[in-house]
Amino acid sequence: MKELTFETLIAVFEEMFGRGLFWALAIVAGIITLGYFYVLVRDRAVSWRKFLLAQISMPFGAIAAVLFVQWVTNSGFRDIGGPVDAIVLLMVATAGAIGIAVLTYTVESLIWPKKEA
Amino acid sequence: MTRRHDIPATRRAFLGLAGGAAALGLAGGAPARAAKVATRARIVILGAGAAGTALANRLAERLEGAQITLLDGRAEHWYQPGFTLIAAGLKPASYSVSRTSDWLPASASLIAEAAAEIDPEAKVVTTASGTRVPYDFLVVATGLTLDWDAIEGFSLDLVGKDGIGAVYAGPDYAAKTWAEMDRFTDSGGRAVFFRPATEMKCAGAPLKYAFLTEDYATRKGTRGKVDITYFAQSKSLFGVPIVAEKVRMLFEERGIGTEYSHVMKAIDPGRKIITFTDADGLEHETDYDFTNVIPPMRAPEVVRNSPLPWSGKWEGEGWVEVDPQTLRHNRYPEVFAVGDVAGVPKGKTAASVKWQVPVVEDRIVAQLAGQEGTEVYDGYTSCPLITRIGRAMLIEFDYHNNLVPSFPGLIAPLEELWISWLMKEVALKATYNAMLRGKA
Ligand SMILES: Cc1cc2nc3c(=O)[nH]c(=O)nc-3n(C[C@H](O)[C@H](O)[C@H](O)COP(=O)(O)OP(=O)(O)OC[C@H]3O[C@@H](n4cnc5c(N)ncnc54)[C@H](O)[C@@H]3O)c2cc1C
Repeated sequence: MKELTFETLIAVFEEMFGRGLFWALAIVAGIITLGYFYVLVRDRAVSWRKFLLAQISMPFGAIAAVLFVQWVTNSGFRDIGGPVDAIVLLMVATAGAIGIAVLTYTVESLIWPKKEA
Repeated sequence: MTRRHDIPATRRAFLGLAGGAAALGLAGGAPARAAKVATRARIVILGAGAAGTALANRLAERLEGAQITLLDGRAEHWYQPGFTLIAAGLKPASYSVSRTSDWLPASASLIAEAAAEIDPEAKVVTTASGTRVPYDFLVVATGLTLDWDAIEGFSLDLVGKDGIGAVYAGPDYAAKTWAEMDRFTDSGGRAVFFRPATEMKCAGAPLKYAFLTEDYATRKGTRGKVDITYFAQSKSLFGVPIVAEKVRMLFEERGIGTEYSHVMKAIDPGRKIITFTDADGLEHETDYDFTNVIPPMRAPEVVRNSPLPWSGKWEGEGWVEVDPQTLRHNRYPEVFAVGDVAGVPKGKTAASVKWQVPVVEDRIVAQLAGQEGTEVYDGYTSCPLITRIGRAMLIEFDYHNNLVPSFPGLIAPLEELWISWLMKEVALKATYNAMLRGKA
């Protein structure tokens, strides 16, 4: 790989999903993240009750992310061939887990803002 | 009171955060660019494939006022690394097809015709319809020609019938090859694979297809009825010794038989016989139920008939005589060759194009700016060698047969890995497209 810069990476992702879809996804991810910070700042405390549900959602996000990647790439668990593959798998799972936790927490907080002090 | 005062303050904090993120996004999207070099030079590029298109976009980005003209008679652009995935039933034929004109910079012009004659003394190219196109710089990026006629008994309309496949021939032929491979791995029989004795693009592709056929038979539970033999054209399975050894070990492990120094000569579709010639010139016949025909490869006729090819080297193949480091013609300094047609050892992959194009770009732009270019190409060639669906080896090497891994210590080149497969399956086409646009 030559010239692996931030710009190259963006260009590659644009091609992978199509420019429109990539930026739409990036914006959605950005909005969810901003929404998350918004509810944190607004409530000025982490609601542990909401966080619990978010935590419960994490394994589902992890599994869904892994299965999604495997489905898109016509591959499966038996293809894990070395340590780096296990790391990639864990990274995908972690991303899925964190993503769904942030989403769950944000959605909960936006829907039931005053349920808990 | 404090509460009422606090809430707007935190809202402002939130807005500040959002604004900061937006500013960061903007900063990331607009990197600093060097000033363009002003010129009136006429730059003619023959071929709007991987190399020609990428170079046109990069030159358009660097030069102001240059007349960039591309010649290519094919309206379709083919993403050829995708052919293997099509022939493995994983992608439709349309996966590899786009329009040539969609990738070109607005400031360049495309003549939708093949080049018919190159006159490097007069610095003029003549198109198929007879139009004369004079140039100050000429970049030959025509790719190569598949010499199907060199195989006795073969014609492309045999593909897709009676066990005959031809992954190299194009997206539709790759799809037909898949239909035959699918049928063959259901019913069983003898698969015969080989490669030509000439230089070829993506020398890993014939090996990949042997691995994929073996994998399908195993998955379908028909491996016991399937016999697979790979006939190497020389004494080894791959041009890079350390890779050849690894492939030999994997073939042994998968039960793929090997024969060495066998060059395919003829096919008899009626009798289902392929004839090979060995190192002593003796002929050997072998029967087949499935095969992937890969013909000898040469520079396109327009190049072979010009004064540009090497003499005394690669006789009959006609690759352009360029300096291996700068890709500049040894006898005509305003001529360059990039991509498959360049007469350099190694380097006939799309990944090589990615490393070659910036060298030619640098040499031309520097010369126009009155300087000497500094970029060099050291033979980088890469081939994600698929060893089964879901795994590949990310093999990267240079002129010196050294492995040059992009991710040393992380992605082992000679290990069958899922991550290398992911690269081939999802990242390669995206990277290729980004390269076409001049961005990778
Ligand atoms: C089955 C297969 C699998 C492959 N797998 C990989 C892989 O996994 N990784 C990898 O990196 N590479 C792979 N490659 C190789 C890669 O596709 C080529 O190396 C790459 O496309 C070379 O780019 P190029 O611009 O030199 O030639 P091309 O992309 O072939 O473009 C040449 C262009 O020149 C045009 N042309 C031809 N003659 C003339 C003429 N007389 N006048 C004007 N224009 C002309 C053609 O129409 C074409 O558009 C594979 C190739 C095949 C066939």
